[in-house]
Amino acid sequence: MDALGAKVIRKTRLVTAVSEIFRNGLIYGGGALVLIHCHNATRTVWIDCCDDGPGIEDMALALSDGYTSGSGLGRGLGGAKRLADAFEVLSEPGIGTQVRLAGRA
Amino acid sequence: MPVRYIHVILDNERELLLKAWGSTQAEEGLIRRDLFTEREARTQTEMLYDALSKGVKASVETDLLDPDAECWDDMRAALADVTRERTKRGVSTAEMAAFVLALKYPLFERLRTTVDDSNGKVLIDAVNQFTRLIDSVSLYTTELCISERDKTIRRQQEEMMELASPVVELWDRIVAVPLVGTLDSMRAQEVMENTLSAIVDKKADIVIIDITGVLTVDTQVAQHLIRTAAAVRLMGAEAIISGISPRIAQTMVQLGVDTGEIRTRSSLRMALADAFRQLDTDVISRIAK
Ligand SMILES: Nc1ncnc2c1ncn2[C@@H]1O[C@H](COP(=O)(O)OP(=O)(O)O)[C@@H](O)[C@H]1O
Ligand SMILES: [Mg+2]
Repeated sequence: MDALGAKVIRKTRLVTAVSEIFRNGLIYGGGALVLIHCHNATRTVWIDCCDDGPGIEDMALALSDGYTSGSGLGRGLGGAKRLADAFEVLSEPGIGTQVRLAGRA
Repeated sequence: MPVRYIHVILDNERELLLKAWGSTQAEEGLIRRDLFTEREARTQTEMLYDALSKGVKASVETDLLDPDAECWDDMRAALADVTRERTKRGVSTAEMAAFVLALKYPLFERLRTTVDDSNGKVLIDAVNQFTRLIDSVSLYTTELCISERDKTIRRQQEEMMELASPVVELWDRIVAVPLVGTLDSMRAQEVMENTLSAIVDKKADIVIIDITGVLTVDTQVAQHLIRTAAAVRLMGAEAIISGISPRIAQTMVQLGVDTGEIRTRSSLRMALADAFRQLDTDVISRIAK
Protein backbone atom coordinates (compact mmCIF):
# COMPACT_ATOMS: atom_id res chain seq x y z
CA MET A 1 0.00 0.00 0.00
CA ASP A 2 2.98 2.24 0.56
CA ALA A 3 3.90 1.67 -3.06
CA LEU A 4 0.40 2.68 -4.06
CA GLY A 5 0.71 5.87 -2.05
CA ALA A 6 -2.10 5.00 0.33
CA LYS A 7 -3.14 7.38 3.08
CA VAL A 8 -2.27 6.24 6.55
CA ILE A 9 -5.92 5.89 7.51
CA ARG A 10 -6.58 3.50 4.62
CA LYS A 11 -3.53 1.47 5.56
CA THR A 12 -4.64 1.29 9.17
CA ARG A 13 -8.09 0.09 8.15
CA LEU A 14 -6.80 -2.71 5.97
CA VAL A 15 -4.06 -3.74 8.41
CA THR A 16 -6.63 -3.91 11.20
CA ALA A 17 -9.05 -5.95 9.09
CA VAL A 18 -6.32 -8.37 8.04
CA SER A 19 -5.16 -8.65 11.62
CA GLU A 20 -8.68 -9.75 12.64
CA ILE A 21 -9.01 -12.27 9.85
CA PHE A 22 -5.55 -13.71 10.22
CA ARG A 23 -5.94 -14.07 13.95
CA ASN A 24 -9.19 -15.96 13.42
CA GLY A 25 -7.41 -18.24 10.97
CA LEU A 26 -4.74 -18.82 13.57
CA ILE A 27 -7.01 -19.34 16.56
CA TYR A 28 -10.07 -21.02 15.07
CA GLY A 29 -8.65 -22.37 11.82
CA GLY A 30 -5.49 -23.79 13.41
CA GLY A 31 -3.18 -21.77 11.16
CA ALA A 32 -3.78 -19.99 7.91
CA LEU A 33 -2.17 -19.29 4.59
CA VAL A 34 -2.22 -15.66 3.52
CA LEU A 35 -1.86 -14.48 -0.06
CA ILE A 36 -1.39 -10.82 -0.83
CA HIS A 37 -1.93 -9.42 -4.27
CA CYS A 38 -1.38 -5.85 -5.28
CA HIS A 39 -3.43 -4.73 -8.26
CA ASN A 40 -1.81 -1.59 -9.58
CA ALA A 41 -4.43 -0.69 -12.19
CA THR A 42 -7.19 -0.38 -9.61
CA ARG A 43 -4.80 0.64 -6.78
CA THR A 44 -6.19 -2.16 -4.68
CA VAL A 45 -4.59 -4.70 -2.40
CA TRP A 46 -6.33 -8.08 -2.30
CA ILE A 47 -5.76 -10.47 0.54
CA ASP A 48 -6.79 -14.09 0.79
CA CYS A 49 -6.62 -15.91 4.10
CA CYS A 50 -7.29 -19.64 3.93
CA ASP A 51 -7.31 -22.27 6.61
CA ASP A 52 -8.29 -25.92 6.76
CA GLY A 53 -9.89 -25.72 10.17
CA PRO A 54 -13.41 -26.70 11.28
CA GLY A 55 -15.17 -24.08 9.16
CA ILE A 56 -18.08 -21.88 10.20
CA GLU A 57 -21.46 -23.56 10.74
CA ASP A 58 -23.65 -20.50 11.01
CA MET A 59 -22.23 -17.65 8.95
CA ALA A 60 -24.88 -15.10 9.93
CA LEU A 61 -24.23 -15.78 13.59
CA ALA A 62 -20.45 -15.60 13.19
CA LEU A 63 -20.74 -12.27 11.39
CA SER A 64 -23.06 -10.78 13.99
CA ASP A 65 -21.45 -8.39 16.43
CA GLY A 66 -20.78 -9.77 19.84
CA TYR A 67 -20.86 -13.45 18.94
CA THR A 68 -17.80 -15.42 19.87
CA SER A 69 -17.32 -19.13 20.34
CA GLY A 70 -14.06 -18.39 22.12
CA SER A 71 -13.20 -15.61 24.51
CA GLY A 72 -12.91 -12.68 22.08
CA LEU A 73 -15.06 -9.62 21.68
CA GLY A 74 -16.90 -11.27 18.78
CA ARG A 75 -16.46 -8.25 16.59
CA GLY A 76 -13.62 -9.38 14.35
CA LEU A 77 -15.52 -10.71 11.36
CA GLY A 78 -18.17 -8.00 11.29
CA GLY A 79 -15.57 -5.33 11.97
CA ALA A 80 -13.28 -6.53 9.21
CA LYS A 81 -16.22 -6.52 6.83
CA ARG A 82 -16.91 -2.88 7.66
CA LEU A 83 -13.24 -1.89 7.47
CA ALA A 84 -12.50 -3.54 4.12
CA ASP A 85 -13.58 -2.19 0.75
CA ALA A 86 -14.53 -5.67 -0.40
CA PHE A 87 -15.17 -8.68 1.78
CA GLU A 88 -16.22 -12.25 1.20
CA VAL A 89 -16.16 -15.37 3.37
CA LEU A 90 -16.39 -18.88 2.01
CA SER A 91 -16.61 -21.59 4.57
CA GLU A 92 -17.46 -25.25 4.53
CA PRO A 93 -17.80 -27.09 7.85
CA GLY A 94 -15.15 -29.78 8.01
CA ILE A 95 -13.17 -28.33 5.11
CA GLY A 96 -12.08 -24.87 6.08
CA THR A 97 -12.56 -21.17 5.69
CA GLN A 98 -11.42 -18.65 3.14
CA VAL A 99 -11.75 -14.94 3.67
CA ARG A 100 -11.00 -12.57 0.83
CA LEU A 101 -10.78 -8.88 1.43
CA ALA A 102 -9.58 -5.81 -0.38
CA GLY A 103 -8.49 -2.30 0.45
CA ARG A 104 -8.21 0.59 -1.99
CA ALA A 105 -5.25 2.90 -1.66
CA MET B 1 43.43 -49.52 12.51
CA PRO B 2 43.35 -46.24 10.59
CA VAL B 3 42.54 -44.11 13.55
CA ARG B 4 45.93 -45.00 14.94
CA TYR B 5 47.61 -43.13 12.17
CA ILE B 6 45.58 -40.04 12.90
CA HIS B 7 46.38 -39.96 16.56
CA VAL B 8 50.04 -40.64 15.96
CA ILE B 9 50.15 -37.84 13.42
CA LEU B 10 48.25 -35.48 15.68
CA ASP B 11 50.78 -36.26 18.41
CA ASN B 12 54.00 -36.20 16.45
CA GLU B 13 53.28 -33.33 14.16
CA ARG B 14 51.58 -30.98 16.57
CA GLU B 15 53.67 -27.90 15.81
CA LEU B 16 53.53 -28.43 12.10
CA LEU B 17 49.80 -29.09 11.98
CA LEU B 18 48.96 -26.18 14.24
CA LYS B 19 50.86 -23.93 11.92
CA ALA B 20 49.20 -25.42 8.86
CA TRP B 21 45.76 -25.14 10.48
CA GLY B 22 46.51 -21.48 11.11
CA SER B 23 47.54 -21.01 7.48
CA THR B 24 44.36 -22.62 6.14
CA GLN B 25 42.36 -20.35 8.40
CA ALA B 26 44.27 -17.39 7.05
CA GLU B 27 43.76 -18.48 3.45
CA GLU B 28 40.03 -18.74 4.01
CA GLY B 29 39.87 -15.35 5.63
CA LEU B 30 38.96 -16.76 9.02
CA ILE B 31 41.59 -14.92 11.00
CA ARG B 32 39.69 -11.99 12.37
CA ARG B 33 42.40 -9.60 13.47
CA ASP B 34 39.63 -7.12 14.10
CA LEU B 35 38.16 -9.38 16.78
CA PHE B 36 41.14 -11.33 18.11
CA THR B 37 44.79 -10.84 18.81
CA GLU B 38 47.15 -13.31 17.25
CA ARG B 39 47.87 -14.72 20.66
CA GLU B 40 44.22 -15.30 21.48
CA ALA B 41 43.65 -17.03 18.16
CA ARG B 42 46.71 -19.20 18.74
CA THR B 43 45.63 -20.16 22.27
CA GLN B 44 42.16 -21.11 21.07
CA THR B 45 43.52 -23.12 18.17
CA GLU B 46 45.92 -24.97 20.47
CA MET B 47 43.24 -25.64 23.03
CA LEU B 48 40.99 -27.21 20.41
CA TYR B 49 43.85 -29.11 18.86
CA ASP B 50 44.93 -30.66 22.14
CA ALA B 51 41.39 -31.58 23.10
CA LEU B 52 40.86 -33.15 19.69
CA SER B 53 44.12 -35.01 19.89
CA LYS B 54 43.28 -36.31 23.35
CA GLY B 55 39.83 -37.40 22.19
CA VAL B 56 41.18 -39.24 19.18
CA LYS B 57 43.72 -41.03 21.31
CA ALA B 58 41.10 -42.06 23.84
CA SER B 59 38.68 -43.17 21.19
CA VAL B 60 41.08 -45.49 19.39
CA GLU B 61 39.36 -48.44 21.01
CA THR B 62 35.82 -47.09 20.93
CA ASP B 63 33.54 -45.58 18.38
CA LEU B 64 35.33 -42.55 17.11
CA LEU B 65 32.16 -40.78 16.11
CA ASP B 66 29.97 -41.05 19.13
CA PRO B 67 30.04 -37.41 20.14
CA ASP B 68 28.43 -38.17 23.48
CA ALA B 69 31.18 -40.56 24.47
CA GLU B 70 33.12 -39.64 27.55
CA CYS B 71 36.40 -39.43 25.66
CA TRP B 72 35.10 -36.28 23.95
CA ASP B 73 34.26 -34.42 27.15
CA ASP B 74 37.33 -32.22 26.91
CA MET B 75 36.66 -31.52 23.27
CA ARG B 76 33.09 -30.50 23.95
CA ALA B 77 34.17 -28.23 26.79
CA ALA B 78 36.91 -26.63 24.69
CA LEU B 79 34.51 -26.11 21.80
CA ALA B 80 31.93 -24.57 24.07
CA ASP B 81 34.53 -22.13 25.45
CA VAL B 82 35.91 -21.14 22.09
CA THR B 83 32.50 -20.89 20.47
CA ARG B 84 31.11 -18.73 23.23
CA GLU B 85 34.12 -16.44 23.15
CA ARG B 86 34.08 -16.15 19.37
CA THR B 87 30.35 -15.65 18.85
CA LYS B 88 30.33 -13.08 21.63
CA ARG B 89 32.83 -11.05 19.63
CA GLY B 90 30.85 -11.35 16.43
CA VAL B 91 32.21 -14.40 14.63
CA SER B 92 29.47 -15.89 12.46
CA THR B 93 28.20 -19.44 12.60
CA ALA B 94 29.62 -20.20 9.16
CA GLU B 95 33.02 -18.85 10.17
CA MET B 96 32.99 -20.99 13.29
CA ALA B 97 32.24 -24.13 11.27
CA ALA B 98 34.86 -23.27 8.65
CA PHE B 99 37.38 -22.64 11.43
CA VAL B 100 37.02 -26.25 12.55
CA LEU B 101 36.93 -27.65 9.02
CA ALA B 102 40.17 -25.87 8.19
CA LEU B 103 42.11 -28.60 10.01
CA LYS B 104 41.05 -31.20 7.47
CA TYR B 105 43.38 -30.47 4.59
CA PRO B 106 46.61 -30.02 6.54
CA LEU B 107 45.94 -33.34 8.22
CA PHE B 108 45.23 -35.09 4.93
CA GLU B 109 48.44 -33.67 3.62
CA ARG B 110 50.35 -35.14 6.56
CA LEU B 111 48.62 -38.47 6.12
CA ARG B 112 49.66 -38.60 2.49
CA THR B 113 53.31 -37.89 3.22
CA THR B 114 53.68 -40.06 6.31
CA VAL B 115 51.60 -43.15 5.68
CA ASP B 116 53.36 -45.69 3.57
CA ASP B 117 50.47 -47.24 1.77
CA SER B 118 50.94 -48.92 -1.56
CA ASN B 119 47.32 -49.72 -2.40
CA GLY B 120 45.79 -46.63 -0.82
CA LYS B 121 43.29 -48.51 1.27
CA VAL B 122 44.65 -47.47 4.63
CA LEU B 123 44.79 -43.90 3.51
CA ILE B 124 41.23 -43.81 2.25
CA ASP B 125 40.00 -45.35 5.47
CA ALA B 126 41.88 -42.79 7.51
CA VAL B 127 40.61 -39.91 5.39
CA ASN B 128 37.11 -41.28 5.71
CA GLN B 129 37.26 -41.52 9.46
CA PHE B 130 38.86 -38.19 9.97
CA THR B 131 36.40 -36.48 7.65
CA ARG B 132 33.51 -37.91 9.57
CA LEU B 133 35.09 -36.87 12.83
CA ILE B 134 35.80 -33.29 11.81
CA ASP B 135 32.40 -32.97 10.14
CA SER B 136 30.64 -33.99 13.29
CA VAL B 137 32.80 -31.63 15.33
CA SER B 138 31.89 -28.81 12.98
CA LEU B 139 28.23 -29.75 13.14
CA TYR B 140 28.45 -29.70 16.90
CA THR B 141 30.02 -26.26 16.69
CA THR B 142 27.14 -25.06 14.55
CA GLU B 143 24.67 -26.34 17.11
CA LEU B 144 26.57 -24.54 19.84
CA CYS B 145 26.50 -21.31 17.86
CA ILE B 146 22.79 -21.61 17.33
CA SER B 147 22.05 -22.33 20.94
CA GLU B 148 24.21 -19.35 21.97
CA ARG B 149 22.22 -17.20 19.59
CA ASP B 150 18.93 -18.56 20.88
CA LYS B 151 20.00 -17.63 24.36
CA THR B 152 20.84 -14.11 23.21
CA ILE B 153 17.49 -13.75 21.48
CA ARG B 154 15.62 -14.95 24.52
CA ARG B 155 17.52 -12.58 26.78
CA GLN B 156 16.90 -9.66 24.44
CA GLN B 157 13.23 -10.53 24.23
CA GLU B 158 12.98 -10.41 27.99
CA GLU B 159 14.88 -7.14 28.16
CA MET B 160 12.76 -5.63 25.42
CA MET B 161 9.63 -6.76 27.15
CA GLU B 162 10.65 -4.89 30.27
CA LEU B 163 11.80 -1.87 28.32
CA ALA B 164 8.65 -1.86 26.26
CA SER B 165 6.24 -1.69 29.14
CA PRO B 166 7.61 0.73 31.68
CA VAL B 167 5.40 2.44 34.18
CA VAL B 168 6.45 6.03 34.87
CA GLU B 169 5.41 8.18 37.77
CA LEU B 170 4.29 11.52 36.33
CA TRP B 171 3.17 13.20 39.51
CA ASP B 172 1.95 12.36 42.97
CA ARG B 173 -0.63 9.58 42.50
CA ILE B 174 -0.44 9.77 38.69
CA VAL B 175 1.39 7.10 36.67
CA ALA B 176 1.63 6.65 32.92
CA VAL B 177 2.06 3.47 30.89
CA PRO B 178 3.32 4.42 27.44
CA LEU B 179 2.72 1.56 25.01
CA VAL B 180 4.80 1.24 21.87
CA GLY B 181 4.63 -1.22 19.00
CA THR B 182 2.42 -4.26 19.05
CA LEU B 183 0.47 -5.47 22.01
CA ASP B 184 0.34 -9.24 21.81
CA SER B 185 -1.06 -11.36 24.60
CA MET B 186 2.31 -11.78 26.27
CA ARG B 187 3.04 -8.07 26.30
CA ALA B 188 -0.52 -7.37 27.42
CA GLN B 189 -0.05 -9.63 30.42
CA GLU B 190 3.21 -7.89 31.27
CA VAL B 191 1.60 -4.45 30.94
CA MET B 192 -1.27 -5.50 33.16
CA GLU B 193 1.05 -6.83 35.89
CA ASN B 194 3.35 -3.81 35.80
CA THR B 195 0.42 -1.45 35.90
CA LEU B 196 -1.28 -3.12 38.81
CA SER B 197 1.85 -3.35 40.90
CA ALA B 198 2.62 0.31 40.16
CA ILE B 199 -0.75 1.27 41.59
CA VAL B 200 0.34 -0.29 44.86
CA ASP B 201 4.01 0.80 44.80
CA LYS B 202 3.40 4.38 43.72
CA LYS B 203 0.07 4.77 45.48
CA ALA B 204 -1.44 5.88 42.21
CA ASP B 205 -5.01 7.04 41.86
CA ILE B 206 -4.85 7.65 38.14
CA VAL B 207 -3.24 5.45 35.51
CA ILE B 208 -2.82 6.93 32.05
CA ILE B 209 -2.36 4.23 29.42
CA ASP B 210 -0.92 6.01 26.42
CA ILE B 211 -1.26 4.27 23.07
CA THR B 212 0.25 7.00 20.87
CA GLY B 213 2.95 4.52 19.85
CA VAL B 214 0.60 1.66 19.07
CA LEU B 215 0.20 1.24 15.35
CA THR B 216 -3.11 -0.54 15.11
CA VAL B 217 -5.80 -1.47 17.57
CA ASP B 218 -7.72 -4.57 16.58
CA THR B 219 -10.32 -6.27 18.75
CA GLN B 220 -7.74 -8.27 20.66
CA VAL B 221 -5.67 -5.21 21.55
CA ALA B 222 -8.89 -3.39 22.47
CA GLN B 223 -9.88 -6.28 24.68
CA HIS B 224 -6.52 -6.17 26.45
CA LEU B 225 -6.89 -2.44 27.03
CA ILE B 226 -10.43 -2.82 28.35
CA ARG B 227 -9.38 -5.61 30.68
CA THR B 228 -6.45 -3.63 32.01
CA ALA B 229 -8.68 -0.63 32.63
CA ALA B 230 -11.20 -2.85 34.42
CA ALA B 231 -8.47 -4.30 36.65
CA VAL B 232 -7.22 -0.80 37.44
CA ARG B 233 -10.72 0.15 38.49
CA LEU B 234 -11.02 -2.96 40.66
CA MET B 235 -7.98 -1.73 42.52
CA GLY B 236 -9.67 1.53 43.26
CA ALA B 237 -7.78 3.65 40.75
CA GLU B 238 -8.96 5.14 37.51
CA ALA B 239 -7.63 4.42 34.03
CA ILE B 240 -7.49 6.96 31.24
CA ILE B 241 -6.57 5.74 27.77
CA SER B 242 -4.79 8.48 25.88
CA GLY B 243 -3.16 8.92 22.49
CA ILE B 244 -6.13 7.75 20.46
CA SER B 245 -5.34 9.08 17.02
CA PRO B 246 -8.08 9.83 14.48
CA ARG B 247 -7.30 6.69 12.51
CA ILE B 248 -7.44 4.51 15.59
CA ALA B 249 -10.67 6.15 16.68
CA GLN B 250 -12.13 5.41 13.27
CA THR B 251 -11.06 1.77 13.18
CA MET B 252 -12.30 1.23 16.72
CA VAL B 253 -15.69 2.64 15.82
CA GLN B 254 -15.89 0.44 12.77
CA LEU B 255 -14.91 -2.60 14.77
CA GLY B 256 -17.74 -1.69 17.08
CA VAL B 257 -15.51 -1.72 20.14
CA ASP B 258 -17.25 -0.23 23.13
CA THR B 259 -14.87 1.34 25.61
CA GLY B 260 -17.80 1.78 27.97
CA GLU B 261 -16.96 3.56 31.18
CA ILE B 262 -13.30 4.02 30.38
CA ARG B 263 -12.20 7.59 30.01
CA THR B 264 -10.37 8.21 26.74
CA ARG B 265 -8.40 11.25 25.60
CA SER B 266 -6.75 12.06 22.31
CA SER B 267 -3.40 13.04 23.80
CA LEU B 268 -1.32 12.34 26.87
CA ARG B 269 -1.31 16.08 27.53
CA MET B 270 -5.07 16.19 27.77
CA ALA B 271 -5.16 13.12 29.94
CA LEU B 272 -2.66 14.71 32.29
CA ALA B 273 -4.65 17.95 32.46
CA ASP B 274 -7.68 15.84 33.30
CA ALA B 275 -5.82 14.01 36.01
CA PHE B 276 -4.61 17.27 37.58
CA ARG B 277 -8.15 18.60 37.60
CA GLN B 278 -9.42 15.47 39.23
CA LEU B 279 -6.77 15.55 41.94
CA ASP B 280 -7.30 19.28 42.48
CA THR B 281 -3.76 20.05 41.47
CA ASP B 282 -2.91 23.33 39.81
CA VAL B 283 0.14 23.75 37.63
CA ILE B 284 0.94 27.46 37.49
CA SER B 285 3.15 29.09 34.93
CA ARG B 286 5.49 31.67 36.47
CA ILE B 287 5.96 33.50 33.23
CA ALA B 288 3.85 36.64 33.44
CA LYS B 289 0.98 36.69 31.02
N1 LIG C 1 -11.35 -19.10 10.33
C1 LIG C 1 -12.37 -19.53 11.14
N2 LIG C 1 -12.61 -20.84 11.30
C2 LIG C 1 -13.61 -21.27 12.13
N3 LIG C 1 -14.41 -20.45 12.81
C3 LIG C 1 -14.24 -19.13 12.69
C4 LIG C 1 -13.19 -18.59 11.85
N4 LIG C 1 -13.25 -17.24 11.92
C5 LIG C 1 -14.25 -16.95 12.76
N5 LIG C 1 -14.85 -18.08 13.23
C6 LIG C 1 -16.01 -18.14 14.15
O1 LIG C 1 -16.67 -16.90 14.13
C7 LIG C 1 -16.75 -16.36 15.46
C8 LIG C 1 -16.70 -14.85 15.42
O2 LIG C 1 -15.44 -14.41 15.01
P1 LIG C 1 -14.97 -12.94 15.38
O3 LIG C 1 -16.06 -12.01 14.95
O4 LIG C 1 -13.62 -12.69 14.84
O5 LIG C 1 -14.96 -12.94 16.96
P2 LIG C 1 -13.87 -13.55 17.98
O6 LIG C 1 -12.60 -13.73 17.25
O7 LIG C 1 -13.78 -12.50 19.03
O8 LIG C 1 -14.44 -14.82 18.50
C9 LIG C 1 -15.60 -17.00 16.19
O9 LIG C 1 -15.83 -17.02 17.58
C10 LIG C 1 -15.57 -18.40 15.57
O10 LIG C 1 -16.53 -19.22 16.16
MG1 LIG D 1 -11.67 -12.64 15.82
